[in-house]
Amino acid sequence: MEDLSGFPLKMDGNTHPMVSFRKVRKAYGSLVVLDDLDLDVAAGEMVSVIGPSGSGKTTVLRMLMTLEKINGGVIYVDGKPLTHMEKGGKLVLAHDKHLRARRSDIGMCFQHFNLFPHMTAIQNCMEGPVQVLGLSKAEARDRGEELLELVGMVDKKDQHPSRLSGGQQQRVAIARALAMRPKVMLFDEVTSALDPEVIGEVTNVIRKLVSEHNLTMLMVTHQMGFARDISDRVCFFYGGKIEEQGPPAELFGNPQRERTQQFLSAVKEAI
Amino acid sequence: MFDWLFVDEWFPKFDWRWDYTWEILPRLIEATGNTLIAAAVGYLIALVLGLVFALAQRSQSRVLTFVVREFVEFVRSTPLLLQIFFIFYVGPQFGITLSPWVSGMIAIGLHYSCYLSEVYRGGLDSVPKGQWEAAIALNMTTAQTYRRLIIPQAIPPAIPGLGNYLIGIFKDTPMLSVIGVAELVHTANAIGSETWRYLEAYTIVGLIFLALSLPAAVIIRAFEGFVRRKLGM
Repeated sequence: MEDLSGFPLKMDGNTHPMVSFRKVRKAYGSLVVLDDLDLDVAAGEMVSVIGPSGSGKTTVLRMLMTLEKINGGVIYVDGKPLTHMEKGGKLVLAHDKHLRARRSDIGMCFQHFNLFPHMTAIQNCMEGPVQVLGLSKAEARDRGEELLELVGMVDKKDQHPSRLSGGQQQRVAIARALAMRPKVMLFDEVTSALDPEVIGEVTNVIRKLVSEHNLTMLMVTHQMGFARDISDRVCFFYGGKIEEQGPPAELFGNPQRERTQQFLSAVKEAI
Repeated sequence: MFDWLFVDEWFPKFDWRWDYTWEILPRLIEATGNTLIAAAVGYLIALVLGLVFALAQRSQSRVLTFVVREFVEFVRSTPLLLQIFFIFYVGPQFGITLSPWVSGMIAIGLHYSCYLSEVYRGGLDSVPKGQWEAAIALNMTTAQTYRRLIIPQAIPPAIPGLGNYLIGIFKDTPMLSVIGVAELVHTANAIGSETWRYLEAYTIVGLIFLALSLPAAVIIRAFEGFVRRKLGM
């Protein structure tokens, strides 16, 4: 069994990061996806994750959402362990109940939206608040309509996802995630499945969230210009590690590492 | 040389009697009610149990999954008729004495629930993995995810398969006649043995089955469309 004695049971004070990966390892068989990853995200920070496919960038978000099991290290959210729990003064792998209690701080939007096709837009937004948070239907409806207003979808609230365009579906998905009032929002390639002409309507919603709401956000994206515009920090992933990170102006303007330079010039050529 | 093959009495004349037909029709119509009740009750049992079996086979518990899978395999690999006999005639040896109706409904419901569980399984498997991930992101429990998201989406694609077994169960109800459930074939048998005339009774029973089975397929298809529209899919 892994020795976790070096990891704190909880982080101290008010200065702890909102999200903290400590020596996080993830492997599928012999394929190592995340290799002793250390990553801190401060409260209210917007961090973009870029990198070639297979670099482990989506896995970072999936592990934080507890969609994947951790193979090593510990993830902390808001100073408390997410993937592990305390037992007899030691950290042990968390069971379902602990995960359920802790992941309520986290919301996620997916590349393929994953809206519930048998529910209307507003019903999609009400489902979590009613079933999980125990809100009354009226409260959940108010909250849902407010958020659909925020993403500009309130006039389509009674449509099923099959009647909405990709951009519209993704905006409903953002409202659905926000309805759970998460502290941390994860965006996993939310524009990758969209037609070029509707990408803007989704990125504009995310821009609005960054400027008007004090959410901690982690975003995996291929939209370099967008990442550059709105991020506080950009992390370039390569081979399951952070190869380079920094403020967007520096990382995009003056990349230090050779792999970062190669990747950015390859991306530029593609455009 | 083969004259003996063509003895007249082996080929009785085709002799349909309308007055007799009208006489036995009310009894057969009454028996149609029993057939429909048997099919409906058996099907309802199968619909519920089939879903339970399908969900059990997806459970985290390996023991439960194994036991249910083997049970389903066992039931599907043995004849329904034997199962009916077993419950009705062997049950009392274990102190379980059931009426023909109750034994019949248990046998046919259990038998078809094993087939329906396979249909449900297909439907449940067809729900994309992203739905589960969205449910985790909303922090829903497994039970909530099944009840609110997975089962509602699994039903529409399963309806054609479920519907086929409704017709199947309907046509298998005559097997209940062997333990004395007064459904259509049992009644036709009784009429025949009273008067030694089988032609009319069996013909009418066949026509009744035909008349009820044929539109069923159309109704099931319409129902599938209705459910899909209702769910906005």
